[in-house]
Amino acid sequence: MAPHEAIGTAGALRADPTALQAIAADFSSDQRAFKNVPWGKPMMWIFLVSDTFIFGSFLISYMTVRGSTQTPWPNTSEVFSLTLFGQSVPLLLIAIMTFVLISSSGTMALAVNYGYRKDRKTTFWLLVATAALGATFVGMQAFEWTKLIMEGVRPWGNPWGAAQFGSCFFMITGFHGTHVTIGVIFLIIVAAKVRRGDLDANRPGFLTGRRGNYEIVETMGLYWHFVDLVWVFIFAFFYLW
Amino acid sequence: MATHAHAPTAHGDAHDAGHAAAHEQGQQHPLGIYFKIWGLLFVLSIASYLVDYFHLQGFLRWSLIVIFMFLKAGLIVAVFMHMVWERLALVYAIVVPPLLLVTLLAIGALEAGYTVGTRDIYFGKEAPSAPAAKPHAQH
Repeated sequence: MAPHEAIGTAGALRADPTALQAIAADFSSDQRAFKNVPWGKPMMWIFLVSDTFIFGSFLISYMTVRGSTQTPWPNTSEVFSLTLFGQSVPLLLIAIMTFVLISSSGTMALAVNYGYRKDRKTTFWLLVATAALGATFVGMQAFEWTKLIMEGVRPWGNPWGAAQFGSCFFMITGFHGTHVTIGVIFLIIVAAKVRRGDLDANRPGFLTGRRGNYEIVETMGLYWHFVDLVWVFIFAFFYLW
Repeated sequence: MATHAHAPTAHGDAHDAGHAAAHEQGQQHPLGIYFKIWGLLFVLSIASYLVDYFHLQGFLRWSLIVIFMFLKAGLIVAVFMHMVWERLALVYAIVVPPLLLVTLLAIGALEAGYTVGTRDIYFGKEAPSAPAAKPHAQH
């Protein structure tokens, strides 16, 4: 139960009045606010905060158009159902996509862990597994888009209800799918670096002259988990609502 | 514990003495916690899928979806993204700004209500293809 103790410690720190003083001390200190944190991590986090605002704006505008239309919204449970053995199963593809993405998040978390252990081979294969699951997700999304477009969904209309359904769907899942695709490309790049031993040898990357190390696997992981995080919100608000 | 001197190390000092060599840099935690969270995320996803599968409606559907969503999001951010082990200054710098979205959410909700209200007045209560259906009463 050791990890839970650790969580408990963090929880206690938040309730501790000296915690706020510690934060004030960090932010008022010279040069670095985030002590002992490799710079790549806050940079990735700040990017992810900006991305949070992008997806937040998409989901909120989706709420606004859905709330302002007089025509009922198409029933997503039926729109995204698949016929299996002659039976219609609601949201089947979306559920599978959710499990694939969660699993990729799991393998990514393990990859970060094995990276810090400097276990090159395991880290490489876990990154490859993450990329493969991500590519599977994008493939299923492509299938879903094809199916819906064949059934007549367009950004300006669809056969089942409010015309705004199509534009919200293509915009939100399209942006998310783009994020997953970019993530898969970077996963492959990081996996190649791990396999070549760039991170053990501290070889600089192609983009910057900074020396490589296993922190880049964690930074990559932050991006990948964020993609999974966004899907959690899309799944709840767009598909289940 | 209790003093903030513990926070900066953030390497999970208490619980993984076994990986002392590996955790000199970065976040290093026992593998078990990742598998537990992975399993929990699966369970929560199945639960939210079942909400739809059993056609739960109204407040029950709405609240269950939101609860499962926030639990999943919290687990991902806290454990997979290592937020519980990060320095508090970083945690607050990242977690607090997105709360601004609540403002946008309120503006959007007001705007949606206003728009559908004007549409009801000028186009009539009944939309062309949707007799008497209120926009929020889907399913």
